[in-house]
Amino acid sequence: MTARTMQAHPAGEEAAEAAIAHGASGMPTALVGMLLFIASEVMFFGGLFATYFSARAGVPAGAWHPPEPGHLDLPLAAVLTAVLVASSFTMQFGVWAIRRGDPGKLRLWTAITLGLGILFLAGQLYDYSQLGFSIADSSFGTVFYTLTGFHGAHVFGGVVGLTIVLARTTRGQFTARNHVAVEAVSMYWHFVDVVWIFVFSTIYLLR
Amino acid sequence: MATTTLEPPAGAPAYQRFWVLDWLTTVDHKKIGILYIVNSFLFFFAAGILALVVRSELAVPGLQIVDQDTFNQAFTMHGTIMLFLFIIPALSGFANYIVPLQLGAPDMAFPRINALSFWLLPLGGGLIFSGYLFGGAAAEGWTGYAPLTQQGGVGTDLWIIGLLLVGTASILGAVNFITTVFKMRAPGMTLFRMPIFVWTVLVTAVLILLATPVLAAGLIALFIDRNYGGSFFDPSVGGNPILWQHIFWFFGHPEVYIVILPAMGVVSEVLPVFSRKPLFGYKAFVFATIAIGFLSWTVWAHHMFTTGAVFLPFFSFMTALIAIPTGIKMFNWLATLWRGKLMLTTAMLFALGFISMFLIGGISGVMLASPPIDFHVQDTYFVVAHLHYVFFGGSVFGVFAATYYWFPKMTGKKLNEPLGKVHFWIHFIGFNLAFFPMHQLGLSGMPRRVSDYSPDAGWTILNMVSTVGAFMIAVSILPFLVNVVATFINGEPAGDDPWEGNTLEWATTSPPPPYNFDRLPPIHSERPLFFLTHGHGHAAERPADLEEDEAEDVEHRKGLV
Repeated sequence: MTARTMQAHPAGEEAAEAAIAHGASGMPTALVGMLLFIASEVMFFGGLFATYFSARAGVPAGAWHPPEPGHLDLPLAAVLTAVLVASSFTMQFGVWAIRRGDPGKLRLWTAITLGLGILFLAGQLYDYSQLGFSIADSSFGTVFYTLTGFHGAHVFGGVVGLTIVLARTTRGQFTARNHVAVEAVSMYWHFVDVVWIFVFSTIYLLR
Repeated sequence: MATTTLEPPAGAPAYQRFWVLDWLTTVDHKKIGILYIVNSFLFFFAAGILALVVRSELAVPGLQIVDQDTFNQAFTMHGTIMLFLFIIPALSGFANYIVPLQLGAPDMAFPRINALSFWLLPLGGGLIFSGYLFGGAAAEGWTGYAPLTQQGGVGTDLWIIGLLLVGTASILGAVNFITTVFKMRAPGMTLFRMPIFVWTVLVTAVLILLATPVLAAGLIALFIDRNYGGSFFDPSVGGNPILWQHIFWFFGHPEVYIVILPAMGVVSEVLPVFSRKPLFGYKAFVFATIAIGFLSWTVWAHHMFTTGAVFLPFFSFMTALIAIPTGIKMFNWLATLWRGKLMLTTAMLFALGFISMFLIGGISGVMLASPPIDFHVQDTYFVVAHLHYVFFGGSVFGVFAATYYWFPKMTGKKLNEPLGKVHFWIHFIGFNLAFFPMHQLGLSGMPRRVSDYSPDAGWTILNMVSTVGAFMIAVSILPFLVNVVATFINGEPAGDDPWEGNTLEWATTSPPPPYNFDRLPPIHSERPLFFLTHGHGHAAERPADLEEDEAEDVEHRKGLV
């Protein structure tokens, strides 16, 4: 009997909340906002990719390469890609953990994700320091640094978001029912990851 | 002693801040809406003065008042400020104030983001204007075509940064509006019971959300070109100036509908109320709005016919296609007026002005959609005439219709009607004097964005007429300002519902309390308040009737079985 009443209580609470709050059904308001924001970000990167393909189309065939001796570091970029893709998985493990009501696991997975994000940024900065061409050298240099740079800025934004999630979960602010910030940051992190897959494929693979 | 005292009194805020601090820190959508509107009108006056500089210089041949560079700065800033800091934010301001009320919501979905969107505007606008302090403002025209932008001074960089801030404000606002529409509607307020104004704001927000980031990408690329030696747009280092035009107009054409759709929504609120009829063809209007939003993505290159770099038949056809949903709206409005009991209030006059002036702008738009005509008048005053008939005759008339219509809700006081009519008629006549002659000037070859012309060209008289018209528009603003100030001091109290409106904003007090509604009327249609105050005409007890009918029906069917 006791177990039954305890089970019934959260359900009743939820129904009461749904009756009070506007639009409490369906996707949480904050996630709707995040999805719309991501839609606008897709268009932003769409614009940058348009500049990339336009610049590429304006260069004679075969001339579309970084000026010597500045070859792109494909192995390093591939490793960084693996790092970022892995961080999407670790982020999702954290989301699943808090959905089950396990803030300890969320904290662990968020910390790992944050570490992988910082590793990616560090790797990108190292890559920049080793490349033998600049933004002003050629059309390639311009679009390369613009695309990867703005992606990096978005990774940095995600790192800030992850830091906030980590701080808040350390203070025990997330529960199985109340963790919309975790879901929002994870959505954004997956988006940044997917953008990188497009950036990587376009710049490194589509030679 | 059976008196009950409420402490604090009902409706009063629990604590009172110093009023300046209150306005600076507010997250109430109504106060933010008013901040938007006031801020927009300040930029309107600034950009209007720049327009007078341009028109004064062009009144007679020769350079009398300003040098060529100042002239270029004046028309560039006029266009930029009017579009990005007056029309869009003014309509956003009304949307901010009215949309939550019309949805029966207590506020926007994200009140603090709402405040952020507003405060980015004066910051961005200030940066754009600050070019005047640092060796001259941007001077490439509001379209910022490459490679002209390579030549500009620091004013151009400030223009880029300012526009990025204003664009960010727009994007955040769009996220907020869309989320509000989908998550904050009152019980019973289904999508197809939303007022038309909300529908137009929703479609506008989708356009802003998806178009503005593309401009942001272009502006950032331009900034990199100018400051870090990039080669996106500058042909001298291998860039492609046509790319800028593609990016700019891929944003810029949806932008045109961002500017006009909410004004269409305002007109669709004002016309039914003052015709004493429901809007004719509600659903057709909604689908026409969605269709315009959709088509706006397919027509950007009609600004680029003469580049020779675009496929003319496609863009010409798609552009002409937009006349169909727009024409549907025209007939919606006309059929709404047909046999209505018209009340020619100032708001109604501005709405009727919108319809007639926007019609002229729409027709010259279809003319420009035809490449043979466009090649002939590209970059002439014909285009200037066209865009002012849609932006000014359309959107700005919509802003004034909204101002006269919703001022009583926002302040509790009605603007003076006779003074409003003086404003309208001077404005309307001045507008046509200023911009109608430009059609003829363009057809006879006068290029836009020139500070001087030959006395032998035969353009002198029409230019003088146009300048007189521009000053008439400026004069018409005086009775408007007097009206606003006098009404604030000693205006006629409006009451909750001065116009006998249809929609929920009139169901609460004027001005509404911070939480908007004590109680909401039942919402069974797109005109909940009309049915609350007037009943359903002969079918005042309609729900009961319906129940009886249905009960009879059921009995009947049982009999059949």
